Amino acid sequence: MNRDTAPTDWKGTAMQKRIASRYAAERRFKLFGLGAVLLSGAFLAFLLFVMVGNGLRGFTYTNVEVPIDFKAMPLTIDASRLGDTDADQVIANAGLADIVAFAADEALGTDGSKLLSENAWKEVRTAIKADPELLTAKTVFHLPAASEVDIAAKEGAKGALGAKVEALEKNGKLSTGIHWSFFRNADATDPAVAGIWGALKGSVLTIFIAFLIAFPTGVLAALYLEEYAPKNRWTDLIEVSINNLAAVPSIIFGLLALAVFINWFGLCQASALVGGLTLALMTMPVIVIAARNAIKAVPPSIRDAALGVGASPVQVVFHHVLPLALPGILTGTIIGMARALGETAPLLLIGMRAFIGDVPNGICAPSTVLPMQIFLWSDEVDRGFVEKTSAAIIVLLIVLLSMNALAIYLRNKFEKRW
Amino acid sequence: MTFNAAALLLLIAGLALIGWLAGRGRSALLAGRAGAKLHSRPQYHGWYVALWLFVPAAIFLAVWSSVSPALITNSVLTSDAAQSLPAFGFERGAILSDARNVAQGAQAAVRIPAAAPLVKPYADATHTYAWIGIAAMLALALAGGLYAFTRIRPDFRARTRVEKIVMAILLLASLVAILTTFGIVLSLLFESIRFFSLVPATELLFGTYWNPQSGAAQPDTFGGIPLFWGTVLIGAIIAMIVAIPIGMMTAVYLTQYAAPRVRKWVKPCLEILAGVPTVVYGYFAALTIAPALREFAVTIGIPNASTESALAAGVVMGVMIIPFVSSMADDSINAVPQAMRDGSLALGATPNETIRQVLIPAALPGVMGGILLAVSRAIGETMIVVMAAGLSANLTANPFASVTTVTAQIVKLLTGDQEFDSAKTLAAFALGLVLFVVTLLLNIVALRIVKKYREAYE
Repeated sequence: MNRDTAPTDWKGTAMQKRIASRYAAERRFKLFGLGAVLLSGAFLAFLLFVMVGNGLRGFTYTNVEVPIDFKAMPLTIDASRLGDTDADQVIANAGLADIVAFAADEALGTDGSKLLSENAWKEVRTAIKADPELLTAKTVFHLPAASEVDIAAKEGAKGALGAKVEALEKNGKLSTGIHWSFFRNADATDPAVAGIWGALKGSVLTIFIAFLIAFPTGVLAALYLEEYAPKNRWTDLIEVSINNLAAVPSIIFGLLALAVFINWFGLCQASALVGGLTLALMTMPVIVIAARNAIKAVPPSIRDAALGVGASPVQVVFHHVLPLALPGILTGTIIGMARALGETAPLLLIGMRAFIGDVPNGICAPSTVLPMQIFLWSDEVDRGFVEKTSAAIIVLLIVLLSMNALAIYLRNKFEKRW
Repeated sequence: MTFNAAALLLLIAGLALIGWLAGRGRSALLAGRAGAKLHSRPQYHGWYVALWLFVPAAIFLAVWSSVSPALITNSVLTSDAAQSLPAFGFERGAILSDARNVAQGAQAAVRIPAAAPLVKPYADATHTYAWIGIAAMLALALAGGLYAFTRIRPDFRARTRVEKIVMAILLLASLVAILTTFGIVLSLLFESIRFFSLVPATELLFGTYWNPQSGAAQPDTFGGIPLFWGTVLIGAIIAMIVAIPIGMMTAVYLTQYAAPRVRKWVKPCLEILAGVPTVVYGYFAALTIAPALREFAVTIGIPNASTESALAAGVVMGVMIIPFVSSMADDSINAVPQAMRDGSLALGATPNETIRQVLIPAALPGVMGGILLAVSRAIGETMIVVMAAGLSANLTANPFASVTTVTAQIVKLLTGDQEFDSAKTLAAFALGLVLFVVTLLLNIVALRIVKKYREAYE
């Protein structure tokens, strides 16, 4: 044996130095890794912090105390018509807006009505419809302030407006309450009355339609591909197209929907129906892939046992495989639906960008969805919409996170290890 | 009387339920009376009747509800009242739709006076065709149900029949994916060909000036290079500079260093990051990141820094992609055989030397595939760039300048109020085709790399 080389001198200074530097490199590397994790965590925390910080104020609104004496300024309408369907129009025609403006000027000084939202009188109208007795009495209303006043009250402001708001605050004329119209109304140009209910209902309708189409189709397709499909060119084509569809940019589905559903079939534009169809096409591949994994996880012994006691192949799948795979399928479906719920781009192309001031009352009515409402508000010039946008984002994130939490819960509760 | 497809669907579903009960009852009765053994259990006979009742009627319903509006309009157009309509164009359509809305109860009164005489023909035609449709549908349902009902015998192989129909339904469901793919390809191709008959394809692919709404003074120009460059700058360069190192290091740390407890907490956080809707990222980029970056650019003295910058969109998009890169890298690193890792450690390499010189080179094909998928996802991303990157088509390498992307331009071209056949809307489809082809190629290459690499270690 050739033993010319000296044995490694582990104790020598040069070696010790090398070892030390290698260990230092190890520590640095580990720190980099930790840093990367912390960086993504910090970004998430920062994002949530900014949204919550901006958005929490969006859930409250500043109200101004305005006493209105209907005895001094009678609203001349026929009380029996208040229950009619056109009661809104009747009250508006009777000049309630002017009465409220006059009362505000009187209570808050000159230009007092400018401190109120231009839609403040509608709150009075709602109150009157609920309780016609108000028309014969003097009542103190808490009416939504104008958007600038609301911002000034929340953030403080300089100049004439700031002084005015400060004076109002000192007199106890201002109060902050939960902004109920934010949860009750549809979109509006005035932040004082703009709400997410229209968008939320649109989202629910859209997702419901998407689910109704994508879930059965996706599950049935997965069953076919996983359990029955013969290996041939056709099933290969199906598999390739499903895998590719799952990676196609969502905006392409918008183009498809625009060309096929709207221009070719002539379905109702900007409706929950077309939105749901679009999202269904987009989500179906995701559901198919999740369902196939869940079906694959059911052990073959179950199938063999069922076949062994005389079940037909269809009975094996529908009586045994599908029920066992269902929790996994549901988990994948919920995650896919959550993604569809947050999707905006394809819906932009089918016309959902339009301003829609009414709560949609059907699947063919023009509607908008929550992410789209966020996008529309983020473009608004009025500063009052900044906090409304963040508040809508909080609502959206809460919905999405609870859907994901439900999926994780289902997975943990029903997951079987075979 | 209008034709309400949803209610009619419920009606035939109800009939199918009755058919199911009848079929089941009949087969049980026959079996009991004849004392014979049924080939199929009673509920299969029920299903057989129900399917025969439901499926033909439902198909007819689908066909009828897509055909009948055209039939109604045709019959209105042949009526006397329609002879005074303007011959073409927008006004004609508006009058017709106004009359239709009134006739079908969608609005209370006509908005265009010219529509008033058309309301009655519309209402009549709607009425007639609704009755024809409903009668035909019911006849079809009853005929199908009766046919199936009369075939019930103890030795009738109802289960085999029903299972054949079930298999057909399964096959149809899986064909939806192919249909969707064909739909995408055909609709993009069709509109793109129309666009390329107006504007040469070479202009879109190689032109360097993009100005589709220049007004009447100069012709619209559709040079796509600035868009393609913007897309690459944001999606493939800036986003990847952010996402690749952070995503890779996160994956390395989580798979090699982190305690199981840490992993249990960090993974859901990454999933949250992946689950945040893109519109939220876009708003965040536009509201917080973009102004901060502009401030920064101004302090370090960069001229013409814009509030809508490629950098803001790219960085936020990179963050959005981190979980994706990290989970792809995670999979690839985990797929490297344990023996390679153990061998390296046994020779005295420190963990980081093992990772850098053994694991990552071995996992590289998988990681590359993952990165290609991430790029394909980044260039198809829309909301972040629409909200934060701006819409001015600049051909610049300055990351603080405003650039635009293919997706942002598609949105811009299609959300205006142009009519559908203008070159602008068709250009959106041509851009969509380019985007589709590029992402498709990226996906195919990426999936092939990943697959090949997995096979190498299996």
